[in-house]
Amino acid sequence: MKTFKELLFTETKLMIRDMNSLIFGVAFSVIFAIIMGMIMGSKPAFDGAEYSFMEQSFGAVVAIGIGATGLMGLPLALADYRYKKVLKRFLVTPVSPGMLLLVQFVVNLMVSLSCFLLVYAVYVIFFNFEMRGSFLFFLLTYFLVLISIFSIGMMLASISPNIKTANLLCCIVYFPMFFFSGATLPYEIMPAIMQKGADVMPLTQGIKLMKTVSLGLPIDNVIFPIALMIVLAVLCIGLSIRFFRWE
Amino acid sequence: MEKTLIVHGLTKSYGSLTAVNNLSFEVAQGEIFGLLGHNGAGKTTSIECILGVKKADKGSSLLFGKNPEKDRRQVFEKVGVQFQQNGYQDKIRVDEICRVTASLYQKPSDWRVLLSAFGLESKKKRPVAELSGGERQRLSVLLALIPDPELVFLDELTTGLDAKARRDVWKYLEDLKKKGLTVVLTSHYMDEVNVLCDRISILKKGVEVFQGTVEEAIAGSPCETLEEAYLWYSGEGDGENENI
Repeated sequence: MKTFKELLFTETKLMIRDMNSLIFGVAFSVIFAIIMGMIMGSKPAFDGAEYSFMEQSFGAVVAIGIGATGLMGLPLALADYRYKKVLKRFLVTPVSPGMLLLVQFVVNLMVSLSCFLLVYAVYVIFFNFEMRGSFLFFLLTYFLVLISIFSIGMMLASISPNIKTANLLCCIVYFPMFFFSGATLPYEIMPAIMQKGADVMPLTQGIKLMKTVSLGLPIDNVIFPIALMIVLAVLCIGLSIRFFRWE
Repeated sequence: MEKTLIVHGLTKSYGSLTAVNNLSFEVAQGEIFGLLGHNGAGKTTSIECILGVKKADKGSSLLFGKNPEKDRRQVFEKVGVQFQQNGYQDKIRVDEICRVTASLYQKPSDWRVLLSAFGLESKKKRPVAELSGGERQRLSVLLALIPDPELVFLDELTTGLDAKARRDVWKYLEDLKKKGLTVVLTSHYMDEVNVLCDRISILKKGVEVFQGTVEEAIAGSPCETLEEAYLWYSGEGDGENENI
């Protein structure tokens, strides 16, 4: 517990000093939300829709924060520590790989949560946003998506032999999700064939779930995305611990 | 008596280059053992294989009778390590790295006491990256002592230190030795080896060419000082210089 607290405290300070996580994990989504809100105003999501475009987009915008922290911040921090031989120093101490992964997980979780809260504040204050569905359900969904996306990030960090590969893998996984999961480009305006392709990505499923819950729409066909995300999380966390490399 | 460290038949190759060849030695509690050799003789590789950081091709090492890879968490509770090149988190400060390091152990030493003993008290709030070479070297030795270890590995412990700082580090280690600390070190400075080491091993291209006390090293050579004896064993007199 002492180890966890001390590591978490220091790593959080280092994350704040570094600024990168805050820029890409928090500021980007907030600015994105403001610009989109200024463009779309209170337009409905589609002709005759009961909810506005902005209401529909909330789940997608907070998902940008999850992706940026889980698929870039988290794996790149770990890969960087391996490259700089920080992990080699930890190897000759009693600390466990699980502890190091957990600390990075929690640091990035806090970044992602700050993004969530700030984006929520922007939506409520400037764009009269109201969560139509249950806030509790939304939070549960949010955490499910976060855990599965973070677990992918941790797995990428563990299997990358060096920082170049880590960078490459993160880009290969992150950028398609950034553009095509509905996080930035609205899923609804994509042609059907693109939607089919996008459906493969876990973040697409996560965003769909969060949208459904935040709009309070009837929840059907959710077994598949929920199951997908749980399986992904269990599998990737297992792999990331199994293949954890110190050097 | 149970030996603190037993290294047996350690062999490690990188491709066709044999970095360490069949190295064996034992270190008893309270002993200071020196691994000597030119750059590239295999000192660092030996230490990394002994610690389980690198996987040896052959041979084994036991620290307190335990395998450092299998019983990693138990072994490193009481083993301190200073690598030749230390990696630190970006922008981390001296007091932060000390505090984090201390938090990894069940019964660490007081890092504040170590900081003042190593003359780094005034640098507490400085980023590690901004320390001078000598300060950073002292910090890396200090960090190896934070676990309050029973066995410590120091790879080039005083490289980059001025004469005063070197003597301070020696003094500190000798005091700890009196309390039972076991040390494995590498060094290029024979005055340091002379002062500190109970026994030494001289490596030449991964092969041990001498093992014993400093006196034995001198007696076994045609030389009169350890420095000359070391050069004689490690083959500085060979090859093209032979006719000088």
